Amino acid sequence: MIKVVIIDDEPLARGLVREYLSSYPEVEICAECGDGFDGLKAIAQYKPFLIFLDIQMPKINGFEMLELVENPPAIIFTTAFDEYAMKAFEFHALDYLLKPFSKERFDKAMKKWINLHKQGRTQLLSPALHETIKQPEERTRIVVREGGNIRIVPVNEIHYMEAYDDYVKIFTGKEMLLKKKTMNFYEQTLDANQFVRVHRSYMIQLNQLTKLEPAEKDMYEAVLKSGARIPLSKSGYAKLKAALGI
Amino acid sequence: MLFQSLKYSLIALVCLIFLWAPVQSWLLVQEFKLAWKSAILDAGVTSIFLGLGTFLLFNTLNYYRIEKKQLPISVVGIAALAYGLMIGAESTIESITKNSIEYMSGFQLQRILFAILITLVTLLIAWYSTTKKNATEEDQRRLVTEKMARDAELASLRQQLQPHFLFNSLNSISALIGTQPEKARNMIQQLSDFLRGTIKKDDSQLVPLFEEMQQLRLYLEIEKVRFGHRLSTNIDSDNASLSAKLPPLLMQPVVENAIKFGLYDTVGETEIVIKSRLDNGQLIIEVENPFDASTTMPRQGTGFGLSSLQRRLYLLYARTDLLTTTQKEKTFTTHIRIPQV
Repeated sequence: MIKVVIIDDEPLARGLVREYLSSYPEVEICAECGDGFDGLKAIAQYKPFLIFLDIQMPKINGFEMLELVENPPAIIFTTAFDEYAMKAFEFHALDYLLKPFSKERFDKAMKKWINLHKQGRTQLLSPALHETIKQPEERTRIVVREGGNIRIVPVNEIHYMEAYDDYVKIFTGKEMLLKKKTMNFYEQTLDANQFVRVHRSYMIQLNQLTKLEPAEKDMYEAVLKSGARIPLSKSGYAKLKAALGI
Repeated sequence: MLFQSLKYSLIALVCLIFLWAPVQSWLLVQEFKLAWKSAILDAGVTSIFLGLGTFLLFNTLNYYRIEKKQLPISVVGIAALAYGLMIGAESTIESITKNSIEYMSGFQLQRILFAILITLVTLLIAWYSTTKKNATEEDQRRLVTEKMARDAELASLRQQLQPHFLFNSLNSISALIGTQPEKARNMIQQLSDFLRGTIKKDDSQLVPLFEEMQQLRLYLEIEKVRFGHRLSTNIDSDNASLSAKLPPLLMQPVVENAIKFGLYDTVGETEIVIKSRLDNGQLIIEVENPFDASTTMPRQGTGFGLSSLQRRLYLLYARTDLLTTTQKEKTFTTHIRIPQV
């Protein structure tokens, strides 16, 4: 059986996918979810081969949900938004169905998946490509899994970030959160006017900065409002000066 | 235009004959000891020549716009014209009186100088009036262009119907066709009625609130089909407010914004509350939606849907205080005030 999960906040839209899937007897619909939280639970529980995923959904959108999935299965996006998809996605996700879509178009997407499945692969996209996927909007928040909970952190609340193996430590002043991502990813997706990569391992939010102090030799440190001291690399110091216009 | 210049030239001619001609006659009698009859003849012919000259000049200048840098050459040309006119006048007078008159050469200088003076004044008046006319025409053109730009902007602000709404609705219809064709047909009807209501609207024509509410109900019914039990609405209008007038399609973007806000910022059910009342001759509309302050995406200003409405209200009423928003605990409220004239 091919295990499938449908994630869409509109019941009728889920119904349409269900109806189209009824002509595939080998497909088993494990779950239908109305938001990303339910979607994450269903993916963890059923480990589906394929998910149909809407982008605009309550609380966390489809992209944010995907970020929290360790080894995402094949994804077919179903959405009325063509803004991001047509440009960045068509080649990365397995397919991208623009609502309203016909049965023929749907079958084409399924055929793609079946071919892929025959080759024993689940994804078209390599992890490297995955990192360059553009967010639907300027990233204004980061979704983090914390124990069994999902936390939504507005980027404004982030003081600084520190690289930590395969993870990034996110410091909000109140707490530290771990997110499985790279510094490069955040350097690319966060607003460069707001966040500056000051070191191979550090990125700070500019408005948290209070002063720059000389440290050992001819190196400098950034002092944040919270009192945290962040080492600056040579190029990081130059970048910071440019960002501050000094 | 020809009529106008004709009128001015005639006035100039009459002025010349009635005001200057007596002075010239008197001068000729006093200074050159002419007989009154000859003096009046001379002054009359001079005035007629000058009058025709100014008439021609006026007409010409109406069709050719003189640039500032062409003024000196025009002055020279006009002096030549005046000279020619006066020579013409002299020979005409001589041919009428049938003999050469000795005073002619003595009076020639004054005659020509006077003619130059008159034609130059004509030139200046014509130049000034055409320049001014062009300026007012330009003003009017600018006003018309500005109004067209404003109308176009208003139209585009009005028509900011989210295409996503349309595509998602069509997707819902597509889903209904398979399982509940009657409902699909019903939704197509609602969608068509709604779309018909959004076109052919003119901002200058205010609509009563009950008409706007009908349109809004269509929109809400469609959204309810899409979102199922997650979306409910509560409309509370007092009777007096229902006949109050407002620009068409004003409320839909507000409600659209509220639904989006409510449905995407919370996971549970969303109730949209719409209230309207009449207060101190103003129509007050309030739209409430639930929201979660802790996870709401940081929003700049009032959000896109509302900022275009803000702009529209500004273009219509020249006020920026008609649209406000408040956040209280778990409720986000949009307030609109529409002055009633």
